[in-house]
Amino acid sequence: MNAPEPTLTPNRMTYREASKQALREALLSDPRVFLMGEDIGRYGGCYAVTKGLLEEFGEERIRDTPLSESAFVGAGVGTAMAGMRPIVEIMTVNFSLLALDQILNNAVTIPHMSGGQFAIPLVIRMATGGGRRVAAQHSRSLEGWYAHIPGLRVLTPATVEDARFMLKGALADPNPVIIFEHVMLYNMEGDFPSDMKEVDIARAKVRRAGRDVSLITYGGSLFKALQAADALSSEGIDAEVIDLRTLRPLDTKTIIDSVARTRRCIIIDEGWRSGSISAEVGMRIAEEAFFELDAPLRRVCSREAPIPYAAHLEDACLPQAATIVAVARELIRPS
Amino acid sequence: MNDFKMPALGADMEAGTLVEWLVKPGDRVKSGDVIAVVETQKGAIEVEVFAEGVVSDILIPVGERVPVGTVLAQIDGAGVAPLPVEPAIVAPKPAPQALAEAPPKPTVAPQVSRRKITPAARRRAVALSLDLETIVKGTGVEGSIRLADVEAAASVARPAPPLTRRGLDLSQMRQAIAAAMSRSKREIPHYYLAETVDLHLSLTWLEAFNADRPPIERILPAVLFLKAAALALREQSKLNGAYENGVFLPAAGIHVGWAIALRGGGLIAPAIRDTDKKTLVELMAAMRDLVERARRGNLRSSELTSPTITVTSVGDRGAESVTGVIYPPQVAIVGFGRVATRPWAVEGRVESRPLVTVSLAADHRVTDGHIGGLYLAAVARLLQEPEKL
Amino acid sequence: MTDAEIRALILELICDIAPELDPASARDQDDLREIFDLDSMDFANLIVAIHDRTKIAIPEADYNKLFTLAGATAYVREALASSAARTR
Repeated sequence: MNAPEPTLTPNRMTYREASKQALREALLSDPRVFLMGEDIGRYGGCYAVTKGLLEEFGEERIRDTPLSESAFVGAGVGTAMAGMRPIVEIMTVNFSLLALDQILNNAVTIPHMSGGQFAIPLVIRMATGGGRRVAAQHSRSLEGWYAHIPGLRVLTPATVEDARFMLKGALADPNPVIIFEHVMLYNMEGDFPSDMKEVDIARAKVRRAGRDVSLITYGGSLFKALQAADALSSEGIDAEVIDLRTLRPLDTKTIIDSVARTRRCIIIDEGWRSGSISAEVGMRIAEEAFFELDAPLRRVCSREAPIPYAAHLEDACLPQAATIVAVARELIRPS
Repeated sequence: MNDFKMPALGADMEAGTLVEWLVKPGDRVKSGDVIAVVETQKGAIEVEVFAEGVVSDILIPVGERVPVGTVLAQIDGAGVAPLPVEPAIVAPKPAPQALAEAPPKPTVAPQVSRRKITPAARRRAVALSLDLETIVKGTGVEGSIRLADVEAAASVARPAPPLTRRGLDLSQMRQAIAAAMSRSKREIPHYYLAETVDLHLSLTWLEAFNADRPPIERILPAVLFLKAAALALREQSKLNGAYENGVFLPAAGIHVGWAIALRGGGLIAPAIRDTDKKTLVELMAAMRDLVERARRGNLRSSELTSPTITVTSVGDRGAESVTGVIYPPQVAIVGFGRVATRPWAVEGRVESRPLVTVSLAADHRVTDGHIGGLYLAAVARLLQEPEKL
Repeated sequence: MTDAEIRALILELICDIAPELDPASARDQDDLREIFDLDSMDFANLIVAIHDRTKIAIPEADYNKLFTLAGATAYVREALASSAARTR
C-alpha cells in the first residue's frame, strides 16, 4: 500500500512524483531537513505527495501534527531559528489563513526585528487553486496575497521540472519561502533533461516563443495558456507564453522584454482580479513598457465570487483556454 | 534584443534597398558602428547601429528593398540597455502646473484629438515623420490606430525602381529633393530676413591665419560662416530644432546640416555634430571630409538624420545672396551669398569692403521676425571678432 | 618638369577631385573652376594636391594665378625654377 508511485523513466514522471523526489533528495542530502504537517505521515499527505516517506525516513523526520496550522507553522519558525531546515506542508492555501500570524508576524519579521541575528530558513508547501469540485472553502488561489509580503519568496512550480528542482533553491534561501502547488497539476506528466540537477528560482521563463502577443501566467494556468497558444497558432496568431515561476520577487525584466517583442499582453491569473498579482504585473508593464504597447493590457482572472461547487459553474468561474483564445483574438483582430 | 531597422534618413524617405552587410550573425557591435549600407534617393548611406551586443539574426538579404521601419537585423543586447536612437531632439520639459489665470492659448493651438492611438504607434509615427491625420481608420482595439496602421500608411509609397549600384542616382535624388521641398513650401510658413555684413575684419584675420600655414591647414571663409551661424544659435535656440505634430522640439545640441551641391545637380545637407563646440580647424576638416564623402555617395545614416538646422554657403562663384527653403522638420535655414567687394560707408567715408549677404528663412509657426533679426545681428557681431570664433 | 608634364599633372589632380569629368576637354585659357565646376572647397583641395606633389609654396594671395590651366602651369614651372635656384 505504501510502495512509492512508480516513475515512468528516471526523468519522466508525474508532478506529484517529482514533488516527492524533491523531498526525498532534501531529506537524504541534509540531516537538518524534516517534514511536518497534517496527515503527511501515516496517510501519505492529502494529495499523496509524501506517501511512503514515513516508512523510508521514520517518525523523527516525517512528523504528523495536530490540526492546528498556527501551532505547526509556529513550530517550523522556531526550529528554523534553532538551525533546522523544516519543510512544513499546509494542506491547502485556504487553511494557511490560520497560520498567517506565524508567517507574517514571525517568519517574515524576525530576521528584520532581530537585526539579522536570526535567519528563518523555513519552507512551507501548500496546495492551491480550483478545479477539483471541492467548493468555495477549498478552491481559492491566494498566492497573490503572499506575493504582497516583503521578506517572503513565493514560488509557483508549474512544470514537472520545477516541481522536481525548485525545492532545492528554496532550501538554500535563508529566508522563508512558500511553494504553491496547484491541485490540478499533481497528475500531469512531464520530463526534464536527465543530467539536470537544479533550476534557477530567480527568473521567469519563456515557455513558448511567439511574436504576436505575450500570455503571462504562472502555476495552474500555465497549461491553459499553452493550450490557448496552440489553438491560436492554428488561426495564424503566434503567442508567446511566459511562466512567472516566482511571484515574489517578480522577474520584471523577462516580462518587459517579452512585451517589447510582442507589444501586446494578456495576464492569466487564477486569483480574483482586484488587487491580484495580475494587477501588479500589468502595472509594471504600464510603468516600464508603456511606449512599447500596441494594444490595451488585458487580463483573464477568476470571476470575483466564491468558487462554486457545481462543475459547470466552477468551470465558468475559472480562467479557461477558450477565454484566453477569445481575448487574444479580439486584441489582434478586433471585429 | 534590439531591432536594427531601416532608418528614415530624412522626412521624405519611404524605403531603402539593402546593398551591403558589413557584419554577420555572431559579430559583436557597439553603438556607432557602421553595420550596413543602404541605397536611398540620397545615394548609398552607411547605417550605424545604436545598440550594443551581438548580431543574432540578419533578416533582410542584400538586394531587397523594404519600407522604413522594417527590421533588418536583430542585436542581442545580452543585458546591455538599448540606447535611444540619436537623441538629437529633446522633448520639451513639462509645462509648469497651469494656473487658473493662465494666458489664453494661441489661436493655432494643436488640434485636440480624441482618436485612439497606441503608444507604440505614436512613437513609430514620429520616427517615420508620418502625419497620423493621414490615417483614416485604425484597425486596433476600439478602432485605435496601431503599429500596423502606421507601417501600412508609411509604405504606401511611390514604388521606386530598385537600385543595386552603390553610389548616387541623381534622378532619385531629384525626386527626394522635390518631395522634401514641396512639403516644406506646402506646410511651412516661411519668413525671410537678410543682413549685409562687412567681412573686412574676418578676412584680414583669416588671411593672416592662413599665411604661415601649408595649404592643407588653411581655412576657407565658409568655415567662419559656419561657426558664426552655429554660435549665434546659442543665443536664439528657437531656430534650432524640429517642428513635429504641432509642437516645436528644441534640439539638445547644435548639429548644423551643411548644404553640399553635387556636380551634375543635387544637393545634400549632412550634419556636422556639435558645430558650435568645434574649432575652426576641426570644422574645416569635418567639412572637407563631408564634401568628399557626399560626392562619393558615402554618408552615414546619423549624418542625414541629425541636422538641427541647415546652413548653405554659395562659395566664390555663386550668387550674391541666397534665400533658402527650410528642410522639414527643421525650422530654419541660413544662407551666405558670394563675398563681393562693394562700396561701404565707414565712419562717414565710403570704402571698398568685402561684403556678404546673410539670409535667414525661418518657420513662422515657431518664431517671429524679431527673433530672426536678433539672430542675424548675432551672426554679424560674431563675424566682427573672428579671433573668438 | 616640362610644361607638358606639369599640365598633365594638374589635370590628373583635378580628375582625383572630380572623377566624373573629362580632362581632355580643357583648354589652356579656360577657368578651371568654370569648366570643371569646382567650388571653393574643390579648388582648395586642388592647391593642397599640387603642394603635396610638387612641394612648392602657394600663398593664398596667389590662388587667382592658378585659375586657368595656362596660369597654373606657368606658376608651377616658375615656382619649381626659383626653388631650384635657391638650393643651388
